[in-house]
Amino acid sequence: MKILSKIYVGVIFLFLYAPLVVLVVFSFNESKSRNTWTGFSLKWYEKLLSDTEILHALVNTLIIAAVSAIIATIIGTMAAIGITKMKKWPKKVVMNVNKLPMVNPEIVTGVSLMLLFVFAYNSIGILRPGLVTLILSHTTFCLPYVVLSVLPKLRQMNPHLYEAAQDLGCHPFKAFVKVVLPDIMPGIITGMTMAFTLSLDDFVISYFTSGTTQTLPIAIYSMTRRIVSPEINALSTILFVVVLLLLLVINFRQINELKDKKS
Amino acid sequence: MKLKPSAIYIIWMTLFTLIPMALVLYFAFTNPMGKFTLDNIINVGRYSSIFLKSIWLGALSTIICLLIGYPLAYMISKVNTKYQNIMVMLIMLPMWMNFLLRTYAWMTILENNGIINNILSSIGIAPLSLINTSGAVVLGMVYNFLPYMILPIYSIIVKIDKKIIEAAQDLGAGKRKVFSKILLPLSIPGIISGITMVFVPAVSTFIISKMLGGGSNILIGDLIEMQFLGNSYNPHLGSAISLVLMILILISIGIMNRFDRSSINEDYMSHH
Repeated sequence: MKILSKIYVGVIFLFLYAPLVVLVVFSFNESKSRNTWTGFSLKWYEKLLSDTEILHALVNTLIIAAVSAIIATIIGTMAAIGITKMKKWPKKVVMNVNKLPMVNPEIVTGVSLMLLFVFAYNSIGILRPGLVTLILSHTTFCLPYVVLSVLPKLRQMNPHLYEAAQDLGCHPFKAFVKVVLPDIMPGIITGMTMAFTLSLDDFVISYFTSGTTQTLPIAIYSMTRRIVSPEINALSTILFVVVLLLLLVINFRQINELKDKKS
Repeated sequence: MKLKPSAIYIIWMTLFTLIPMALVLYFAFTNPMGKFTLDNIINVGRYSSIFLKSIWLGALSTIICLLIGYPLAYMISKVNTKYQNIMVMLIMLPMWMNFLLRTYAWMTILENNGIINNILSSIGIAPLSLINTSGAVVLGMVYNFLPYMILPIYSIIVKIDKKIIEAAQDLGAGKRKVFSKILLPLSIPGIISGITMVFVPAVSTFIISKMLGGGSNILIGDLIEMQFLGNSYNPHLGSAISLVLMILILISIGIMNRFDRSSINEDYMSHH
């Protein structure tokens, strides 16, 4: 790379990482100030770990992400199988509906779901905004991603294998589990990971469908609206380190798999 | 009767995507008594200045992202393959930090007694008012959505066959000509998806404007939020605004796709 390009790349990375560095550095600040350094301390971490409100929000976030990722993966995988067998026109309609939550601005999806839940609660007294409506909403915006990550794997698959298994006396369900499922597994796992991370990070749609239930992004949002405590910096640092470790683990595993394949 | 595997999905999408959309439509065209009315849609016109401002700031951030992102995507595609993956990961890494936290970090940098102004005052320069300006909002949008521009452009550029570029050079094309006649036209699909992926969230944001723009930079997203959860509770007007926003975005995606002759919706149904 030429020197000018190197400087350019450096400046962009500085721009991308400066805010993160600021957050991390001031999580260790001794005073409450969020931009004047007064000395090293771990007290915001201690405070954070005894903050029951945030810990509760974290538990909610993990429950919602896990449950909606699982539901979305099951329904989305079944949908993908159904879609590959559909005729041209039904397929076109379904694929366009599938795109809707992806193309729509998040705020519109959030508002429309809020209208649904308010309407359902006022008219038949079900679906009071809370954990359940959050799971329903998150599953909804994750589903299209699962469908889109399983579909290509199904298309790459040889359809005759499934038929062959049945010709050889395999029960259709068993044929599915033994033949189809292993083939499309990478797509299912990609879809599920995507669903899980999308759900973890979602703020906008949760904001409109949560009622009084707190998730981590909602708790962070209300923290930024109040007088801010550097606890929020401590929280960002912990989250960032966790994500970094997860990514490293995943990458190392991929590298090891590649090595195994080579040897 | 044997249940089709996609049945649950179809029921789910009907209940939680189509019916909610129909509710937005219903609320947009009714008054609180449930009577049909066009008043809500007409009233949206009162906020045309907010719409124009959102579109302007969204478009500006998209253009800045494109101008910054394209060269970067190109440079990444030129380095050693081994480093390419690392660089792509480094661009994605900040996105793993919740965007509220990232935007909050910019608050602490841009504030009146924030880091930039602290540095300025220590070298004797008068403080600047950076936060609560539309410039700060644009900065927040560019920061949050830049990776959405870089990644699709990068993934298109790396796929371009190097032999085409070499052939052009052999035939005497200069650097500028290679860029305008080969590189740029071939990377249009990536540019289109980058523009869409930046413009849609930018034009409909309500957090970035709230956190970095102060009270004076209300955008469409803030307007919608106020009708549903804020002080001026009016879901009918809120639905009408959402409807107009949706139509606006569909039109802009439609326009963008017209530029993209090579792959008009190269999606999952084209395999027949």
